Amino acid sequence: MRPDRTPLLLGAILAAVVAGGLALPQWLLFILTIACAQGLVVLGLNLLIRAGLVSFGQALFYCIGAYTAGGLSRAFGISDLFVQMAAGTATAALAAFVLGFLLARYRGIFFGLLSLALSMIFYGLIVKSETLGSTDGFNLAKATLLGVRPGEAWVRYAVLVAAASVTLAAVFLAWRFLRTPLGQLGPAIKDNEIRVEYMGASVRYAIHVNYVIAAALAGAGGALAATTVGHIDPEMAYWTTSGEFVFIAVLSGTGSVVAPFLGALIFGAIHTVAFDLSPNTWQMSMGLVLLAAIVFLPDGLWSLFTRRKTA
Amino acid sequence: MSQIGPVLVDGVIYSAWLFIAAVGLTLVYGVMKILNVTHGSFYALGAYAGASLTGAWLVKGYPPMLSYAVLLGGALLATLAVAPAIERGLLRFMYAKDEVVILLVTYALFLIIEDAIKLVWGVNPYFVAEPYALLGSFEVGGLKYPTYNLILVGLALALAAGLAWVLRGTRVGKLLSAVIHDPEMSRALGVNVDRFYLVTFTLGCFLAALGGSFTSPTVSVVPGLGVDVIVLSFAVVVIGGLGSLPGAALGAVIVGLVRSLSVHYLPQVELFVIYSVMALVLAFRPRGLFGLAEPRKI
Repeated sequence: MRPDRTPLLLGAILAAVVAGGLALPQWLLFILTIACAQGLVVLGLNLLIRAGLVSFGQALFYCIGAYTAGGLSRAFGISDLFVQMAAGTATAALAAFVLGFLLARYRGIFFGLLSLALSMIFYGLIVKSETLGSTDGFNLAKATLLGVRPGEAWVRYAVLVAAASVTLAAVFLAWRFLRTPLGQLGPAIKDNEIRVEYMGASVRYAIHVNYVIAAALAGAGGALAATTVGHIDPEMAYWTTSGEFVFIAVLSGTGSVVAPFLGALIFGAIHTVAFDLSPNTWQMSMGLVLLAAIVFLPDGLWSLFTRRKTA
Repeated sequence: MSQIGPVLVDGVIYSAWLFIAAVGLTLVYGVMKILNVTHGSFYALGAYAGASLTGAWLVKGYPPMLSYAVLLGGALLATLAVAPAIERGLLRFMYAKDEVVILLVTYALFLIIEDAIKLVWGVNPYFVAEPYALLGSFEVGGLKYPTYNLILVGLALALAAGLAWVLRGTRVGKLLSAVIHDPEMSRALGVNVDRFYLVTFTLGCFLAALGGSFTSPTVSVVPGLGVDVIVLSFAVVVIGGLGSLPGAALGAVIVGLVRSLSVHYLPQVELFVIYSVMALVLAFRPRGLFGLAEPRKI
């Protein structure tokens, strides 16, 4: 078996972002940062999908992360990206730890529907809470990094480099997790969870752990997106946001920890191009891409690379 | 408690609307095991077809009383133009795939139809209120209600009775339950399973379109109309039990009354309450109030 070169790949990507980011236009830096945020969410989603669980409510944790960042910015004036992401991760993980006791009992379509219901409850809550800006949401202050406020020309580049560093560190940790015995249980649970129990592993525990990690990643992604966009609203918890994440997950496939970021980038690119060409039919293009992905690339974009290597 | 009358009336009206909007979803899931996201698209299609046809009908000066038939025709037309094509052209190749994958396929179709609607009808709102105002109004507890709402209630009851009769009392219904329990065996015994799937899917979508078209006189028909309906119908059928007809009715009544109560007494929690009920039901009875247990596969 070939050695897994993922850490090298991650290092190379970071180097490429740091060097290449200098040459890229501002709007592309923005798209790359958003791709980081979405990729983090989808990376978590993929952990669950490996175990055969598709969450249609991952936007819940995305939104929790975003509102945590927003709350820090608004109530305490803390606009440090690292603090915000850490806090978003923590609150989302805490919420998932509690909810996990319930959700770890569910499989298949019921897991999806229950997670959908939970995210809609949260949506219903923040839509009606006027202190949080109701349906309009509210704006966040510009990001600072470790106490430094980057100049206007540099802020996007600095945020991207910071985001990419945190993101790639998270990806590395996820990669490490997948190599532990607990991490490797995922596909086994999908295949046949009764046999997993016979082996002496607790399926419920494994799912709970995966669920919390997935939520933590989504929380980090939400906080990052909140600061990058500079605005948050309840739509972030709506089911269509969850739908987008599942879309990117399908597009990426579960073949690699890097795949979600490729998927998110391509999602962003298609979104931007389609919206640019025809603002009224971009959803249609997205739908067609999703259909094509399901029909022609059932294992996601990543299967393009692995297929070539085995040939 | 002088409000109890209006609360009940609102609850019943909203329940009727929910039942019409959601029953097709449970039908399609019960027979085909497809959680059909395009259900919301058909709701929107029905609303657009209903609103534009009725609008044209009234502009031409035809008898306004017949506009209800036009609403019905609009829903039928919109469904027949799209639903069979989707089932024959795409979904039938997916039946072997996982439930979740099929759900994603319908999600993709939902995105496509959402924009197709904008291409056909544009992005400006349609507003045809005549059928709503035509029948006058009645009064409960000092509040006026358009009589049109009674049509919704009647339609919901007729649908429930009609579906129950077809499923329980006719040969087709019995064949359908055979198809539900064991499609392969039914096929072996000479049942045309493909046709059952085609008809069920079309019927389910038609019911969604009917819901949309009969709602169109009460709202302004705008893009994105179907998005909310999808999760709302999900909530209704999940509460009752996916695939169960009495479940859909019960779910509609529960959500209808809960919403009406919250709107009258505590409007801040409206959305929150509906999905909390859904989550609570899932937490204690994952298969819904009327859902049947399914054996675990080894």
